Amino acid sequence: MAWVTRGMRDGRLTTRWPAQKDGYYDEFATSARLRSDAPALADDEKETAAALCPTGAIAVASQNGETSVTLDRGRCVLCGRCVRLFPDTFEWETGTTRVASEAAALISTGAEQADDLKHLRETLAGKVRNLGRSVFIRHVDAGSDGSDEWEVQALANPVYDVHRLGIFFTASPRHADILLVTGIGAAGMTEPLRRTREAMPEPVVVIAAGADAVSGGLMGRSGYTGGFGAGSIIDVDVWVPGAPASPFALMEGILTAIDRLPSRRRERRGRT
Amino acid sequence: MSAPQSVRTSTATDPAAFTSQVNALVRDGSRFAGLYGTARRDGCELTALLADTDRFTVLRTLVTPDAHGELHFPSLTPHVLAAFWYERAAHDLSGVVADGHPRLDPLLVLIDGEYGRPHPGRAHSSTSVSLRTPPGPVDVHGRGMFTIPLGPVRSGVFESVEFLIETPGEDIPHLNIRPHYKHRGVAKRFEGRSIDDGVLIAERVEGIASVAHALAYSHAVEAMSGAVVPPKARLLRVVYAELERMANHLDVAMRLAEAAGLAVATSRFAWHKESVMRLVSELCGNRFGRSAVVPGGVAGMPSLDLAAAARALRAIHERVRRDAALAMKTPSFLDRLRGTGILPHDRAAEWASLGPVGRASRLEDDCRWRRPTDAYAELPLATAPPILDAGDVQARMLVRWREIDQSAVLVLAALQRLDREPDDSMCATIDLPEGEAFGIGWSEAPQGEVLYAVTVQDSIIRRCFARSASLHNLAAFHEVFRGDVFTDFAFIEASFGTGYAGVAM
Repeated sequence: MAWVTRGMRDGRLTTRWPAQKDGYYDEFATSARLRSDAPALADDEKETAAALCPTGAIAVASQNGETSVTLDRGRCVLCGRCVRLFPDTFEWETGTTRVASEAAALISTGAEQADDLKHLRETLAGKVRNLGRSVFIRHVDAGSDGSDEWEVQALANPVYDVHRLGIFFTASPRHADILLVTGIGAAGMTEPLRRTREAMPEPVVVIAAGADAVSGGLMGRSGYTGGFGAGSIIDVDVWVPGAPASPFALMEGILTAIDRLPSRRRERRGRT
Repeated sequence: MSAPQSVRTSTATDPAAFTSQVNALVRDGSRFAGLYGTARRDGCELTALLADTDRFTVLRTLVTPDAHGELHFPSLTPHVLAAFWYERAAHDLSGVVADGHPRLDPLLVLIDGEYGRPHPGRAHSSTSVSLRTPPGPVDVHGRGMFTIPLGPVRSGVFESVEFLIETPGEDIPHLNIRPHYKHRGVAKRFEGRSIDDGVLIAERVEGIASVAHALAYSHAVEAMSGAVVPPKARLLRVVYAELERMANHLDVAMRLAEAAGLAVATSRFAWHKESVMRLVSELCGNRFGRSAVVPGGVAGMPSLDLAAAARALRAIHERVRRDAALAMKTPSFLDRLRGTGILPHDRAAEWASLGPVGRASRLEDDCRWRRPTDAYAELPLATAPPILDAGDVQARMLVRWREIDQSAVLVLAALQRLDREPDDSMCATIDLPEGEAFGIGWSEAPQGEVLYAVTVQDSIIRRCFARSASLHNLAAFHEVFRGDVFTDFAFIEASFGTGYAGVAM
């Protein structure tokens, strides 16, 4: 009986997001990106910036004889080296997570960027229409470092409480609408991941969450265990960056996937 | 700061002498703490790590190819049970065969037969992982016996690991653990990286103990270079490490409450864990304390005012304390914990169990007391780490509750000292000697002792052995199901607090 009163002691703990802004999301970095007002770097500085990134997220692209720097959010592990060493060029992205339908759309160029969101909604519209108002998620760890699972579990805690949004986790792939994949896509998890995907009834929305699942991050890519992200094993519909993707980033990813973010937010995102 | 004199290194003339020396050290009371292979030009160098009360012993030998080109050494396992998994892992990665090992099955990775092994320490190796996992072994035969595979995709949001539970229906007479599914090839990921990149990899070996791994790695590098960590950095390292411990222990409490079906308690502990993670992120910008620890010190002063941090922690700890007291008076909770998953003292000692698992079975080993690093020696530690005798799930939880109290005291004391410390430097420079250098470093993760043995060549990592407490402890998980039934599994698993990423490597 004592737990009943204990449960009511501290009042409402749950965030109002996405209906209202949440201060914690706003101050929490979800990725590094290029500043829109960034001054052009000298050529040797560009090379330095690219070399200091441990995952190769920063690249020097050359087009029509002009070189420019890009930053791939899907590879960013938020180590902060670029922001520390080139504060005029790179900055933290906060309060929003760039969710995309293609991994390439996570790349930040600093220039005004066509928002991928419209494209994502059009692509997923057919699937999402059939999912209705409430979705069930099956999570699979395809070789994470363990932190991703903590953040996914946190969605069920009273602070984020995704049940209020009609989002539930399920043990059985047969009951699931969304497949949430974390981890680098290690070779050993290839078959279990494929078989989980095959066991799910269509339509299925597949979300790759975190830099590990998007690109292999720091632990994947060149190792003998594969690790080129979830997309190298199964078709991915939605890409959510982060290292690991924070609970807010995960919520934004899931709500974007099922087109449930309030329109006000969508407009604001459209402008930036 | 790990004092260099607390490590003793010696080389055995041949593998047979190596095995008998390790056996003798363990017989004389040293604790077996790890074994790994490093590829050398003329074979594989085996390194055994042994812990004594206040120092580590590093024992090496070179295993050279026999007439068939194979690498053999006499197995340690018959006399040193704790080497059981390490010899399997060394076989997987380095291809050294432990003669006389009771079961040299693959543990960490299934190598595609046509290819070579990863050979940690060798710059170029070609290897390929088998995508298909064969059916597991069947060890128990009898009427009505069958095997339930639990995993690798678990029934909930968990890391991937497989337990093959052999059962007649209710009891669990035996189980096999197969962690290889999420093997990421961690050992090779370190190689060829710079010292600064190495700490980023270390943070991702076992993501839920990022700070502890970053610390153990940094201690190894600092021991090599002789760098002295500045006082403020030493205090801040304690702050991050202890907050990480609180979050991990609260995660265990949450999972136990969830297994017992206590919805309110589950929510409360989940909230407390979230509060601790938020405090960490407000201090250093990352919810897991990543990029806060760097070799030589810390990245910088916290972005949060120290007094505000202390206030926040006091409030969280007060709530945790009250809810913990209530949980440990709730009969439906205690009924599931008491007498469940017993690891008797002598068995724990044979497996050399670490952390709360060992301390709940009266193994009094805690790096913070025995081999203090950073500011632990200056802070008000209780006279001894919390030790219990019962060795069951309840004892493991009680040890964790006491550790949370101790962590809160340590963090508050460290924050207070930070305010008064006049020396503002945050990070010492790391100067590594030319050529090859070797260092070992340790820290007390929430799961237990984390041990790093790092070999660098001209400031580039050549071999890094990252030994998590999770890997070491999980081997004893086979032992703890005497008399327990299927529904106890969730409790026993949670009480180990394992980070499976740190097991599969």
